[in-house]
Amino acid sequence: MAFRQDSFGELKVPLAWTAGVALVVCVVIAIALMLSDRRGTVEGTAQAATQQVADTVVTPVGDVLSTPGRWISGGFDFIGSYWNSAGENRRLKAELQEARRAEDRATALGLENARLRAMLNVRTDPPMPMVTARVVFDGRGPFRRAQLANAGTDKGVAIGYPVISERGVIGRVVGVSGNASRILLLKDVSSRTPVMIARTNARAILTGDGGDNPRLDNLRGADPVKPGDRVLTSGDGGVYPGGLPVGRAVRGLDGKWRVALDSDTAPVDWVRILQFKDFSQLADRKALANSDMPSVITDAPSSQRAPSPTPRPSTPSAAQPPPATPGPAARPPISIAPPTPAPPAATPPKPPATKPKTTKPPPPRLTPEGLPTRPMPYRPGGQP
Amino acid sequence: MSFQAARPLDPWRWMGAPALICLGATLLLGLPFRVFGLQLPEPVFPMICAFSWAVIRPSVLSPIALLAIGLVLDLLWGSPFGMWGMSMLVGYGLTLAMRAMMTGQSRMMMWAWYAGVCAVTLAAGYLFTMLAFHHPPNLVGVVWQLLATSLLYPFAHRLIDRFDDADVRFR
Repeated sequence: MAFRQDSFGELKVPLAWTAGVALVVCVVIAIALMLSDRRGTVEGTAQAATQQVADTVVTPVGDVLSTPGRWISGGFDFIGSYWNSAGENRRLKAELQEARRAEDRATALGLENARLRAMLNVRTDPPMPMVTARVVFDGRGPFRRAQLANAGTDKGVAIGYPVISERGVIGRVVGVSGNASRILLLKDVSSRTPVMIARTNARAILTGDGGDNPRLDNLRGADPVKPGDRVLTSGDGGVYPGGLPVGRAVRGLDGKWRVALDSDTAPVDWVRILQFKDFSQLADRKALANSDMPSVITDAPSSQRAPSPTPRPSTPSAAQPPPATPGPAARPPISIAPPTPAPPAATPPKPPATKPKTTKPPPPRLTPEGLPTRPMPYRPGGQP
Repeated sequence: MSFQAARPLDPWRWMGAPALICLGATLLLGLPFRVFGLQLPEPVFPMICAFSWAVIRPSVLSPIALLAIGLVLDLLWGSPFGMWGMSMLVGYGLTLAMRAMMTGQSRMMMWAWYAGVCAVTLAAGYLFTMLAFHHPPNLVGVVWQLLATSLLYPFAHRLIDRFDDADVRFR
């Protein structure tokens, strides 16, 4: 039997062509997948659902597989601490002396702070609950820096919650499933974090680029940073609570200011997820959707119009226009409320809150810096 | 006359098993593990498949399998869908186009070819990431990943050695 009689013997050229066609088709599919991926802008997409399923499956597997790794890591740490015990002992003694001095200063400042808070009637920040989780997968590639933790909606984790280690901020939750949450690290190329320099109060944006030291962008002011300055979250935008430690400023090889993250010096396997709701989550969207404008009450008799049917909080006196001068030549007061017709007789009685002339709004609570207090800021001492 | 030489390869032996091994290795190296403060590198294990499959023979199944592997990588690492599949398909297509030039080269020369293909693949990933997030990734990190991935060539060489002559139609 001749070799040429076999029908498979002539498949070389067609197979190469079909392989090329398959390659082109797969490239088209990959491009379509990339273009259709809208995670982060539109939640509830097919991609987000697939990611949740994958996280749910990978988490228990990673949890089991990482156990020997933790044992081995612990063994190396034990060996390292054994060999470095003498030097570590000297270092700890020096740190202890410094810590005792710092404790005395902190006690005095705490007492002074408490007195000032009492004088200013400042509302103290509520403690923030946390969820402790174990990292079971750690993506360290330059194109994506994300971790997978074994706490999900079953423990009350939601998208947007900040994540910290025992030293500082790690990132925030960008995806959550029943038993897992995906954490976007500060180092990720898509991460943008509002931060401040503790020494100068200068604001900046911490921009991740996939490397170990994210960049400080949008710095303002003359010489706002020095090497070694503490970098904290500023709380601007409401995504992170203010005052969380991030790291220390360092000058990068490219001449730009970067941050050596505090979380890099902490063990990588345990994290704490702060159950912090940002401002957009706290806002009552139904109340915002109600477009009734509050009426402005002045001393002029012509402004004694019926208030809006929905009780609204009174505007502060500083926001009101100046009172009209009395007399017949007085101009009508400026009102930002649309003219509303008189209510019919069958209208139910108005609630008592519709008498803003007699009720004086309480003064807004202010921080010592004169800023209004945030609804749910972070309190470093707050423990679950 | 025997027709053993013209028999097609078993897809499971030269594609399925290596793909699963590469994905398992990716999962293992993704575990949080730090020794004396140092973390493990994160090489792109499936580049072994992308290079050696194209060198061994053209196949219809290879790009499909690479696309599927890329999707798994996207799910594991959280990158945009299709990014790793597209990047590896670029490397696979390049190797397929250069296949005739690689035939008969020495091991060191093939290693250099492999490193070049890895560089093109990661450059594609760099470009796609930049397009997706409007921000360039850190080049140092990309170079480290390229070095770690290039060190995996002995595994690709073993795969090529084992299946290169298995189908005489594609010598």
